Amino acid sequence: MVSYFGNIYRALSTIAIGMGQTWKAMFRPAVTLQYPRERWELPVNARGILFMNADDCIGCNKCVRICPVDCIYLDAVKAAPDEDLGKASMGNPIRQHVIRFDIDMFKCCYCSDCTTVCPTECLYMTDEYENGVYSRDNGIYHFSKYSPEEAVALRLREKEEDERKAREKEAKLAAKQKAAEGKGKSAVGA
Amino acid sequence: MEAIGIVLIKLAFVLVFVLSFGGILTWVERKQSAIMQDRIGANRASILGLRVIGLFHPLADAIKMFLKESFRPANAEKFIFTLAPAISVFFALVGFAVIPFGDKLVLGDTVVNLQLAPLNVGILYLFAVAGMAVYGVVLGAWASRNNYALLGGLRAAAQMISYEIALGVTIFGSIMVYQTVDLQEIVRWQGAYFWGWLPAWGVILQPLGFLLFLTVGIAETKRVPFDPPEGESEIIGYFLEYSGMGFGMYFLTDFIETVMIAAITVTLFFGGWQVPYLAPDGFHFPWGSELLCAQWVVALLQVLGFTLKIMFFLWLQMAIRWTLPRFRYDQVMRLGWKYILPISLANIVLTGAAILLIK
Repeated sequence: MVSYFGNIYRALSTIAIGMGQTWKAMFRPAVTLQYPRERWELPVNARGILFMNADDCIGCNKCVRICPVDCIYLDAVKAAPDEDLGKASMGNPIRQHVIRFDIDMFKCCYCSDCTTVCPTECLYMTDEYENGVYSRDNGIYHFSKYSPEEAVALRLREKEEDERKAREKEAKLAAKQKAAEGKGKSAVGA
Repeated sequence: MEAIGIVLIKLAFVLVFVLSFGGILTWVERKQSAIMQDRIGANRASILGLRVIGLFHPLADAIKMFLKESFRPANAEKFIFTLAPAISVFFALVGFAVIPFGDKLVLGDTVVNLQLAPLNVGILYLFAVAGMAVYGVVLGAWASRNNYALLGGLRAAAQMISYEIALGVTIFGSIMVYQTVDLQEIVRWQGAYFWGWLPAWGVILQPLGFLLFLTVGIAETKRVPFDPPEGESEIIGYFLEYSGMGFGMYFLTDFIETVMIAAITVTLFFGGWQVPYLAPDGFHFPWGSELLCAQWVVALLQVLGFTLKIMFFLWLQMAIRWTLPRFRYDQVMRLGWKYILPISLANIVLTGAAILLIK
């Protein structure tokens, strides 16, 4: 009997508490933001999509090595000996053509390690956060300033250069060997 | 008997009144829940860039409901499946026939009774209609040949019939006070004043009866917190197989029943169309001053007062719906049979004792 009336009392009192809560909530201003039209102002250290300034990249590969999820793909071609690629804005001399600098933003874990190690500070996080795309391929961002044709040409040049160097090396080696053989012969002959 | 033209005009008025309230409640539900949850709520529907705080949403809803395909499962009972939503809406609507919207309106020689059907057994009629409402639900659930719909229908039958009994018993106290079941007479009775200034509204004489009636009434509308028949988070409920306007009609029934409960509560406990200190010839304030006005102004004020009171109770029902969590099925049954029914029986005994003591 006591619990029966206790139940009734508890029901009524808790309903009163609940209704009081909602009554108070009716006078609170809405916290909703009309999202696509209004946006929150992001904090200055907000981590958004990565951006790479291709003019400043020296192709040092540090970001690739530090990336914990391996989402940065970098290919570089050495500059020809007579080529001057200038200097990055921080003063570092550029010695390579960065023919490929791709970041897979779907793999990226937004740890911001790469921006810390970047010696020229050309890699940084923007405040852009709306990177939804319709295809997985569109999640890979290409930052290199070289077009695919230029990249192929540079690669070809590098290959030829390498082959030329290999040939030269071989020729040198052969000459050396020849010289050594000639010496031996002469020694024998002597 | 009134002329057929007047009856038709009254009919149109009541239909427009109820259906526009039912339609606007879909907007109120969204907007009020948003306000209570610190959100902004529906404001996207626009006509020519005009948004009007989302008031076009009921219109957009109606267009959507009408244009959608009314799908019928292959094994459903065709005739009853189609008929059930109409039964549901019909019995929700006909109850308004006996609700008095105002006293008499005198236009020249004609006297218009602002009640669609002057019935001397008004409350009994209301209960009969409310009792029939369960058919729309159960038939719809059974005809759709779906186990979950049938579960919802069974729950609806059990819940509505249980609460039907409590609904009848909660009102006995009021009937004992008013000594009549004619709703127009009940409202006239509440035009008296205690000590010359306190309106003799039913809630003052029957506070317990009012609380119980409101609880049972909300249970009858099958909305949260009494929503095991619908159970949108578990079994979807009796309208599971309905789409398009079939679902729309069940949806509308819920809101019309909400308006219905508000209207009955106002009529029985809050003086119906009575505006405090408004006599047939104008205001007579208890401090002696008077403000006389024409008869049609009085009639208009009465209808307006009735509408405002209904709006308050619609607001209250929405606030309850968005505050309290839903009951489990056994909790609904326990509340109905073990708490509300005995307390309303006790209310009858108390009322009888009070009447005996006063006389």
